[in-house]
Amino acid sequence: MRQLEIDPRLVGMLAALAVIWVGFDLLSGGAFLTPRNLWNLSVQTASIGIMACGMVLVIVTRNIDLSVGAILGFVGMVVGVAQARWLPEVLGLEHPATAFIAVALGIGVGGLIGLLQGGLIAYLGIPSFIVTLGGLLVWRGSAWWVTQGQTVAPMDGRFRMLGGGIQGAIGANASWILGALACIAIIAGMAMLRRRRLAFGFPVRPGWAEGLLMGLSCMAVLGAVAVANAYPIPAGVARRMAEAQGIPWPEEGLFIAHGLALPVIVALGVGIAMTVLATRTRFGRYVFAIGGNPEAAELSGVNTRRTLMLVFGLMGALAGLSACIATARLNAATNAAGTLDELYVIAAAVIGGTSLAGGLGSVAGAMLGALVMQSLQSGMVLLGVDTPLQNIVVGLVLVFAVWLDGAWRRRLK
Amino acid sequence: MTPRQASDDRRPEGAGGLNPPPKPLVEMRDISIAFGGIKAVDGVSVDLMPGEVVALLGHNGAGKSTLIKILSGAYRADAGEILVEGQPAEIHSPRDAKRYGIETIYQTLALADNVDAAANIFLGREITTRWGMLDDATMESETRKVMARLNPNFRRFKEPVRALSGGQRQSVAIARAIHFNARILIMDEPTAALGPAETAQVGELVLQLKAQGIGIFLISHDIHDVFELADRVSVMKNGRLVGSARTADVTKDEVLGMIILGKCPEGAIPGPGAMVTG
Ligand SMILES: Nc1ncnc2c1ncn2[C@@H]1O[C@H](COP(=O)(O)OP(=O)(O)OP(=O)(O)O)[C@@H](O)[C@H]1O
Ligand SMILES: [Mg+2]
Repeated sequence: MRQLEIDPRLVGMLAALAVIWVGFDLLSGGAFLTPRNLWNLSVQTASIGIMACGMVLVIVTRNIDLSVGAILGFVGMVVGVAQARWLPEVLGLEHPATAFIAVALGIGVGGLIGLLQGGLIAYLGIPSFIVTLGGLLVWRGSAWWVTQGQTVAPMDGRFRMLGGGIQGAIGANASWILGALACIAIIAGMAMLRRRRLAFGFPVRPGWAEGLLMGLSCMAVLGAVAVANAYPIPAGVARRMAEAQGIPWPEEGLFIAHGLALPVIVALGVGIAMTVLATRTRFGRYVFAIGGNPEAAELSGVNTRRTLMLVFGLMGALAGLSACIATARLNAATNAAGTLDELYVIAAAVIGGTSLAGGLGSVAGAMLGALVMQSLQSGMVLLGVDTPLQNIVVGLVLVFAVWLDGAWRRRLK
Repeated sequence: MTPRQASDDRRPEGAGGLNPPPKPLVEMRDISIAFGGIKAVDGVSVDLMPGEVVALLGHNGAGKSTLIKILSGAYRADAGEILVEGQPAEIHSPRDAKRYGIETIYQTLALADNVDAAANIFLGREITTRWGMLDDATMESETRKVMARLNPNFRRFKEPVRALSGGQRQSVAIARAIHFNARILIMDEPTAALGPAETAQVGELVLQLKAQGIGIFLISHDIHDVFELADRVSVMKNGRLVGSARTADVTKDEVLGMIILGKCPEGAIPGPGAMVTG
């Protein structure tokens, strides 16, 4: 483990996830670890997972954002109204640009809201807890106000692909290609980093460890693709698709795979981009330095206020993106969308090892945290546990996970 | 006598005659700052020549750190002005100070505990690759070079600074200040946590930097170190300047008298905070 130089806490989380998955599979008589369930699980995790990436940075700077669920609700309404009412008037129904404009609008409005809140926090010195608590009320109220509480539906056809479903999955071949590209990127990236360190004469992992890590990472990627490709789309839809393409429908049916879902690809893309941002850029370095010692960061010449404002702006933009995914999945915009999401997002980040004291956290951990929580929830749904008990369990797990993480860290010292 | 005249009198000899006197690298004139009701610094004037070490002395809470934090951009003075090479300098933030070539080793070290030595040394001035990504390998290699000058035994490059000893942390803070070719270096008790070997190394470093023409403000409670390294001393008491003197013109006991009693000896130029004697 030492020679692999991987975060033992990340391994711990993967182990916990494995226990949860196998446990639910045994309890449900093999209904959990099916391609269908895992595929749905991945789609359900996307929205919270995306926001958790941003929340990590917020919490690392010793702040909190309680408004993300409300931002999601408000942006969802704006995006919904834009594509169901405004854009059709200008562009006509189902115009190819509608989906793109709607997504850009969602990210933009979310980002502006985040920047506004971040500005109040960074430049006026109002505690983030208060600003975003206010934001929670303001944006939830605004979400209602957009249509006086009316639900807006349906959404644009292309936009709906963002929500997953049959239309929103990229199919088997594209999934394999994407998986292969990811593997190549992983291997090339690790090799490049190693070459650089060797060029400077710095210590590196032993060759076998590097190889093992590459192998495991690629297996994880290809495994996920294999699972997504093992989940066939329903026969009726498959038949229509086959007929549309002029392929005769065979007697025994035709296996057409879903492949990776678009929201999952978006979430993974966000996760990778945010990891790069957090660990490989100046901005990320400043975020962590501010979390470690805000005064030191300021004295070192870091523009701490601007950095803080941008962190909240980024959080808002990600909430906007999540709003698009949630709205697309529901095929409707409702003013209650995203209710309580802020708590799930914070919980995901914290379960993923982000310290509320600041300065510590990882994007990968937060995404895993989101997956752990979603796994618990959908596992319990599968077992027929009713909602109140689900909440109790998730709450207990949150507290337990944070205790475990703290105990582990104290022992390390 | 106003502090302005005092600083003129203090120019090193041999500077008169036909050549114009060399310009001070830094002049802080009549600086005042108050926190709430407390005047932490009250009408203090100090200056610094290129290649000169000026020690700032005073009891705990005398206002030394506060004074230099005004120069380093951490605080803004309520009154007074700062001149760098004779020109009024606008220093409103640490970034401004760094632009004037002012580097500071803070008494509190001002390190981000959760990141490693290289990240601290380059904080705010990271080296990036062509694609704007952090170039950690280059930064680590530079860090190894500068740390070798200060603390050759230092090995823990990959660990967060939190895991380092007090002296190692201090070495990192010093490394950060000297790596970027400062013209003006402020050292607020730089050797407080260092062992004898490392302290000697910092002493040597001070002399090296001085030889390169860098001006250094040195805050220290160790009067022996001060007499070894400094060309002049300025003594503060209760936020006011007791006086300034060349170390050649005063004895250690006289300087102690300035620090403890606020009594300005013969060889020193009294400031507004000097004890009035009959
Ligand atoms: N940020 C602050 N807020 C309020 N008071 C302050 C602040 N910084 C310093 N002071 C006060 O200003 C006075 C001077 O403090 P300063 O840190 O400059 O002393 P010092 O000469 O550096 O002492 P030491 O030798 O102990 O480091 C003290 O009375 C201190 O309490
Ligand atoms: Mg001090």
